[in-house]
Amino acid sequence: MATQQTRSLARFMMAPSVVLLFVWMIVPLVITIWFSFQQYNPLNPIRDGFVGFSNYALFYSNPAFLQSILNTLTLVVSVLLITVIGGIMLALLIDQPMWGQGIVRILVISPFFVMPPVAALVWKNMIMHPQYGVFADIARFFGAQPIDWFGQHPMMAIIIIVAWQWLPFATLILLTALQSLDGEQKEAAEMDGAGFVSRFIYLTLPHMSRAITVVILIQTIFLLSVYAEILVTTNGGPGYASTNLPFLVYQKALLEFKIGQASAGGVIAVILANIVAFFAMRAVGKNLDK
Amino acid sequence: MKLRTLTLGLLSASALAFAAHAESITIATVNNADMVRMQTLTEDFTKANPDITLNWVTLEENVLRERVTTDIATKGGQYDVMTIGTYEVPIWAKQSWLLPLDKLGDDYDAKDILPAIAGGLSVDGKLYAAPFYGESSFVMYRKDLMDKAGLKMPDAPTWDFIKQAADKMTDRANGVNGVCLRGKAGWGENMAFLTAMSNSFGARWFDENWKPQFDQPEWKSTLQFYVDLMKADGPEGASSNGFNENLALFQQGKCGMWIDATVAASMVSDPKSSKVADKVGYALAPDNGLGKRGNWLWAWSLAIPAGTQKTDAAEKFVAWATSKHYSELVASKLGWASAPPGTRTSLYANAEYQKAAPFAKMTLDSINAADPTHPTVKPVPYVGVQFVAIPEFQGLGTTVGQLFSAALAGQSSVDDALKQAQDAATAAMTEGGYIK
Repeated sequence: MATQQTRSLARFMMAPSVVLLFVWMIVPLVITIWFSFQQYNPLNPIRDGFVGFSNYALFYSNPAFLQSILNTLTLVVSVLLITVIGGIMLALLIDQPMWGQGIVRILVISPFFVMPPVAALVWKNMIMHPQYGVFADIARFFGAQPIDWFGQHPMMAIIIIVAWQWLPFATLILLTALQSLDGEQKEAAEMDGAGFVSRFIYLTLPHMSRAITVVILIQTIFLLSVYAEILVTTNGGPGYASTNLPFLVYQKALLEFKIGQASAGGVIAVILANIVAFFAMRAVGKNLDK
Repeated sequence: MKLRTLTLGLLSASALAFAAHAESITIATVNNADMVRMQTLTEDFTKANPDITLNWVTLEENVLRERVTTDIATKGGQYDVMTIGTYEVPIWAKQSWLLPLDKLGDDYDAKDILPAIAGGLSVDGKLYAAPFYGESSFVMYRKDLMDKAGLKMPDAPTWDFIKQAADKMTDRANGVNGVCLRGKAGWGENMAFLTAMSNSFGARWFDENWKPQFDQPEWKSTLQFYVDLMKADGPEGASSNGFNENLALFQQGKCGMWIDATVAASMVSDPKSSKVADKVGYALAPDNGLGKRGNWLWAWSLAIPAGTQKTDAAEKFVAWATSKHYSELVASKLGWASAPPGTRTSLYANAEYQKAAPFAKMTLDSINAADPTHPTVKPVPYVGVQFVAIPEFQGLGTTVGQLFSAALAGQSSVDDALKQAQDAATAAMTEGGYIK
């Protein structure tokens, strides 16, 4: 039991790092908010100055804006569905005793070690390319027309690439949860006559629920800011078909040099991320309290 | 006494440090083959100027553009020499961000620079960047496929002829596409090609009052022709093909024709990298009989930012890298075909170069056929052949490029793409204060 003195001492000693962390977060945020009210385009420095909310209005009225929100959410939800369901299945699979288990597990988690731009390049040029890609070769082998992934189905292509990268993470976390399941419990259920499906629904799944929550929360944070995969493969196009919010902010800031509008977009992105995080915590975070 | 010694010591030490500091210049450049080659040849420069050391920052085109633009606009002062293109020069010179290059030494032959290139790099008659290599665009085609199709490529083809030839050459079963053109969105990618092409269709970005012109019939016929041509005779996935992708396709024999940068000629005719090296012919970019061809004009050039403290060293370096002496140096080490093309009249008068580079004449003719000060059939308030030299263009050009790329991919119709382009351009020009 901590005494009054030790508690004060702890607070005193923690203060510097807390202050540092606070400043670390608050300074960039304040600068972003400040810039979001300025007309600031370094290429056209004559028209600088305070412009009120017009950057927000311009960012909102941009035809790419609503599309980018939709794309951001589509990406997050689709990749979560694929990785959670796929992760559970893969975890169940590689949890089975089999020959060469160690190698199989390493192979399954290896995509996670590939850097996103590299992964995107490989998928773009060697797998999905309509001329040289493996998929195109397969299609031609069966006499079918190769699919132009990045021209016709850009969002689907990006979802596949990102899901491929995050599936190992989900699998790994879920596998650890699976392995912590007590063997005796499984045996008891089996002796009571529970089949594979009921054992999975009533025993395994509830046991994994906390791990699933962790996977969803962590992945949501990262999936909201997917950027490299889009830059490398489609550049947000064709049109705005694969532009998400981070990519739109990048476009405004570094292609158009509209720092004010990009900052406004950044602030909007922070607000949206907090809304999503709030609902995610409400919906699945309860699991963590148990 | 002690104090005096100490002060003197400190002073001389700082003077030494200053001297060493003043003689090291930082050069930002693009990772193109010619620029990388220059870095391997700098011994020639440092031998003649032992007091100057060179630091290189070599970047991919888009990243370079982001870095140097941010640096010069925020007066960051990281670079003493910058590699920029014909788009940046007039804008930056007008903002007084660049030093005029009128002190490059007595033996620097500025009059030898090709007039079209010099025009693109000058403001009010003063040169603000020295061209390292220059390019236009032209048609590269497969002579064998033309023969097979029973056609003969004229030196100056029309768009109708290109369409007819592309239809005949396309042989999808054998992986041959009649024509490969840029489709990847970006002001320097598909819009470079499409803007240059639109000039030959009589279109323009803005009228004399900066009103966007995408609602005019000339743009409709440009985009419709392009989309129809590519759908009928272009490669799969054309909306993600830029310069490099098309280069690879052509080198592997998958394109009958390719209309792109003249610098590609040395790459498609190099037997080491191109399967079709001995079968390539060249022709001027197509036209529609309206007096303008669909070719562009570009020069990667070296400029000195106005904020640099090391003007003398920077000027010495720029003069060396863009001189006739440098071309001769490359020729002596690697042969004349590797000399930086498209910048100097003397190179094209050189018999050895003409022999080593079969594309030399067509390159020169293409460069001379481009006029950045009068790029379009109808009058315009801007300079630039395949771009509009205003700060807003790189953002707007990329946005319009995205819309046109969507039309090529079939994600939107030509009419929708043009309407959205008109709206985007109107918004950008209103925001920039050009129109009310």
